[in-house]
Amino acid sequence: MPQLDAKGRHTVAFTLNGHPATVEVETRTLLTDALRHGLGATGTHVGCEHGVCGACTISIDGVPARACLTLAIGIEGCAIRTVEGLAPEPGRLGILQAAFRRRHALQCGFCTAGILMSLDAYLALRPRPSRREITEVIGGHLCRCTGYAPIIEAALEAAAELRGEGPAPTPSESAHA
Amino acid sequence: MGIEHTAFIGRSVERVEDAALLSGLGRYIDDLGTGPGTLHAAILRSPHAHADIVAIDTEAARALTGVVAVVTGRDLAAITTGLVPAVRAAVDARAIAVDQVRYVGEPVAIVVARDRYLAEDGCDLIEPQYRVRPAVVDPVAALAPDSVVLHEGVGSNLVSDRRFRYGDPEAAFSESPHSLSVTVRYPRNTGTPMETYGVVASYDPTDDSYDVLANFQGPFSIHAVVARALKVPGNRLRLRTPPDSGGSFGVKQGVAPYAVLIAATARLVGRPVKWIEDRLEHLSASVSATNRVTTLKAAFGADGRVTALDWDQIEDCGAYLRAPEPATLYRMHGNLTGAYAIRNVAVRNRVVLTNKTPTGLVRGFGGPQVYYPLERLMQRIARTLGLDPFAVIRRNLIPADAFPYRTATGALYDSGDYQRALDEAARDGGLVELKRRRDAARAEGRLYGIGLTAAVEPSVSNMGYITTVLTAAERAKAGPKNGAQSTATITLDPVGSVTVQVASVPQGQGHRTVLAQVVADVLGIPMEQVRVTADLDTAKDAWSIASGNYSSRFAAAVAGVAHLAATRLRDKLTRIAAAQLNLRPEDLVFAGGRVASRTNPDAGLPFGRVAAASHWSPGLVPEDVGAAIRETVFWTPPELTAPDAEDRVNSSLCHGFIFDLCGVEIDRVTGKIGIDRYVTMHDCGRVLHPGMVEGQVRGGFAQALGAAVYEELAYGDDGAFLSGTFADYLLPTATEVPDLRILHVESPSPFTPLGAKGVGEGNCMSTPVCLANAVADALGLEEIDLPLTPAKLARLAAGGDELAPPAGHAASKPPTKPGDRTLRGEGTAEVTAPPESVWAMLLDPDVLASVIPGSHGVRKLSDTHFQADVSLGVGPVKGRYKADVTLSDLDAPRAATLTGTVTGGLGSGGGSGRITLEPNATGGTRVSYVYEASVGGKVAAVGGRLLDGAARVIIGGFFAALARRAGGSSSRFPQIPGFLRRLLARLGVSA
Repeated sequence: MPQLDAKGRHTVAFTLNGHPATVEVETRTLLTDALRHGLGATGTHVGCEHGVCGACTISIDGVPARACLTLAIGIEGCAIRTVEGLAPEPGRLGILQAAFRRRHALQCGFCTAGILMSLDAYLALRPRPSRREITEVIGGHLCRCTGYAPIIEAALEAAAELRGEGPAPTPSESAHA
Repeated sequence: MGIEHTAFIGRSVERVEDAALLSGLGRYIDDLGTGPGTLHAAILRSPHAHADIVAIDTEAARALTGVVAVVTGRDLAAITTGLVPAVRAAVDARAIAVDQVRYVGEPVAIVVARDRYLAEDGCDLIEPQYRVRPAVVDPVAALAPDSVVLHEGVGSNLVSDRRFRYGDPEAAFSESPHSLSVTVRYPRNTGTPMETYGVVASYDPTDDSYDVLANFQGPFSIHAVVARALKVPGNRLRLRTPPDSGGSFGVKQGVAPYAVLIAATARLVGRPVKWIEDRLEHLSASVSATNRVTTLKAAFGADGRVTALDWDQIEDCGAYLRAPEPATLYRMHGNLTGAYAIRNVAVRNRVVLTNKTPTGLVRGFGGPQVYYPLERLMQRIARTLGLDPFAVIRRNLIPADAFPYRTATGALYDSGDYQRALDEAARDGGLVELKRRRDAARAEGRLYGIGLTAAVEPSVSNMGYITTVLTAAERAKAGPKNGAQSTATITLDPVGSVTVQVASVPQGQGHRTVLAQVVADVLGIPMEQVRVTADLDTAKDAWSIASGNYSSRFAAAVAGVAHLAATRLRDKLTRIAAAQLNLRPEDLVFAGGRVASRTNPDAGLPFGRVAAASHWSPGLVPEDVGAAIRETVFWTPPELTAPDAEDRVNSSLCHGFIFDLCGVEIDRVTGKIGIDRYVTMHDCGRVLHPGMVEGQVRGGFAQALGAAVYEELAYGDDGAFLSGTFADYLLPTATEVPDLRILHVESPSPFTPLGAKGVGEGNCMSTPVCLANAVADALGLEEIDLPLTPAKLARLAAGGDELAPPAGHAASKPPTKPGDRTLRGEGTAEVTAPPESVWAMLLDPDVLASVIPGSHGVRKLSDTHFQADVSLGVGPVKGRYKADVTLSDLDAPRAATLTGTVTGGLGSGGGSGRITLEPNATGGTRVSYVYEASVGGKVAAVGGRLLDGAARVIIGGFFAALARRAGGSSSRFPQIPGFLRRLLARLGVSA
């Protein structure tokens, strides 16, 4: 590992949602700041900067991580995935995102990116999660608006749809009929 | 049969907000780029609850490359003034301290730098000098004649004391066979939105105007307060809000002082300045709900019928009375009798200042503080009389045929059928089954209780209610205040598409969706043809003092006024279309994107063509219709009158109803509260969007659960703030929030355009006391205060006795009283040197330098006075401190008392210890010590959980090093000195 100058600026190269990215940082620059202010990827939010709230959760080489507890300098060569990478194409929502919208699983939306990233990783790992497991995954995040119940429903519904078990219910209001 | 429009209102349509928020495309304040040259601010805050600022040395901070300016309260004094509260007291309510700090977290200086990192570096280099004063944190203690006084100009900490009398409470109490009182100490908590405060401000010296972007939520009456604090007329303060806001729950009203601070700083530095609050700042110094000490007394008959209430409320607003406080105390004034028909009420309201963060809006605003004592009282009355609490509540309810109902204190309850709601909740919520479950649990010796709560949820605040704090004479002099202007603007563009602008500033409540539903329904067009903007620009948009997103006013007032504006526009379009179609206006309908004859759909025009007519063909528009291009409607309900001469006030327009019932079980050993069932019945009038109403109820319930069980903004007796992280201020997560059964009845409000009432705050009012009632029922308690932490419940479950600790563990010493955070410890060490040698070492700065943990050198000021620079770490928080140690009560070579203080950027501490040297049998010395210490500032706020252990390690380390130096080893860790050294090293202490 090369010795880095604490006061200098360094260029870090990695992939962000599949595209090559470089950003210039200090050794102390947090990954949240590098993504948001260095690269303009503001979908990743900062809620507490001490690793509890989970709003800043992103995927580093496929593993969820708190970007606020990660130094940007350390992601050289990594594959970073953020909420901006979840949609299949601009203007469309992925299955998990669409389930969130259908189930009213967000209100202010500030914590949502982190929850989506945790669930995205978890559902890839465990396609048949129990309600308990999903609750515990979401338990790693703080949401102040929803009371969590609709998030759990959205996650379970998305898991079923990702497994190909029946189409999502339409129209959307059926959830509240 | 003509065309028909299927209404969007009443359906849970998908939200128009969500696609962007789910794709990372939200535009919150920190996501919006800033202009070139924008500087970044960090705020240095007081580590003390009460102190004089002796001096602030900013030289080193200013010298740091990248730092542009360091601004202190004194620098801002000339261009700002205080934030005016509703009560004119001699309280200097500035946004930044000048000569004195009065709460931990109070801004002391602002560093402005090229980036935020450098600004924070700058903060670390500022050296303020404080002369610490004693602090008062308890509102009752603050009323004592000999109390510390926060604001000497006021002369006492009591800034308002009002008595009210409605009906004949004295007669009711004297004639009543029974009376009973409860005393409640309601704690501090807050809404903690996941997004913190943010402000970006600039100043234009050419016309003396400010431009402020802030994630402010209203009420925009505060715009006047901010403009005045910045010493500019209202039209020179352009206040804008970002398109998205990451939650608020009332709390973002409190960004206002920072708007003043950052705007004035931008003026001083001549560049735009941006500040984003961090979480420690937010928890310690944004906004707290008030803590309140209430004694509520009731007169009641043998059947449990309450005839009179006597309220004594002592409201703690923290260190400064900030607008709109003391509104928390008066918001509920009209509904102090809750859901009950009680005609005789006495009230004493006192507002007290203490050395804590100033209070402000928090979801529920005044509701939890009122319903907690009121609903505890109803349960106590039932228990006292041996009646079923359900029956006592039901017996006291306002009769269904009495609406609109004028309460004793002046509220006009719009609609409701409380008995029906109660009965349906009991039936559909399974109250009978819950009682069976309780019986079964108790038969097995388990601790199970049932809680009930009835509450009236006020919404759409009367802007005049706060003037109830003034006497009738004072009000007459100031002029009456009343009403609640809401506004909506609807614009038709040249292709006939529709834009709606409202002054409601949502933070996630889906306003844009509901407004699109409302307007699309009126105009008979698809929702997609309506675009809504809800961010506000005070320079361009219609707004008034009541604008903003608070007091659950959206559905009732804002959606209502949008309906009125759309209707007015439709009426104009009807006449335009009628003229073109040669039909009578009353024969036209708006549906399916067309304006057409009710009876002959072929006789019609596309909506877009009619809507665009005033742009393209004003000649076709009947002259007396005028342009149908833009309608701005302001609406204020006539029911919101000013307080009358007898102090009766209709504090809110709408009054929803809630009845909660729950069953809880308490684990006898751990004290953990398990919610077996929670049922919440709501009557919020007409439901506009069931999915969003459910979201409000669930979200409010989760926050209320936090307030009831987990959350408290905790302070030590010395005013130190102790809950500065999410590991200390505990929010409920998905694993803590139980299933919730939501029930509804609908009593539309006759006072609002759509029949809707507010629904967002109700559970914050009802749930804490409902859970407390269940706990009281489970444990057979007469008194119980929040939060219902496991430690507290375990103690209560054990009948007040501590459970024996597990084998092999010493019992932890409980604090002598709540709030006492004194760290206490003792220990001994055996050393080979005789007492005289050890004594000499204690007085030798070189020896001390080598044994004080983390010491960078000791200066001897006199034989008994030393100063040292030390590096200490508590958990992750490592910092450099100045230590000042004095030796006293010298009894050479047997004993001495060390008294010291430690101060640094991360906090401060103080304490004293007694060292005793005794010769031991082998010619050496037995060194014994006992100490007491306390720690404040940032270290206490973020590391409170670690302090006791850290103190033991640091102080133990001192004696271990002393012992080594004197040729011995500490007997506390005789076997593992290496372990201690490793532990010390991990804590950043080089012993």
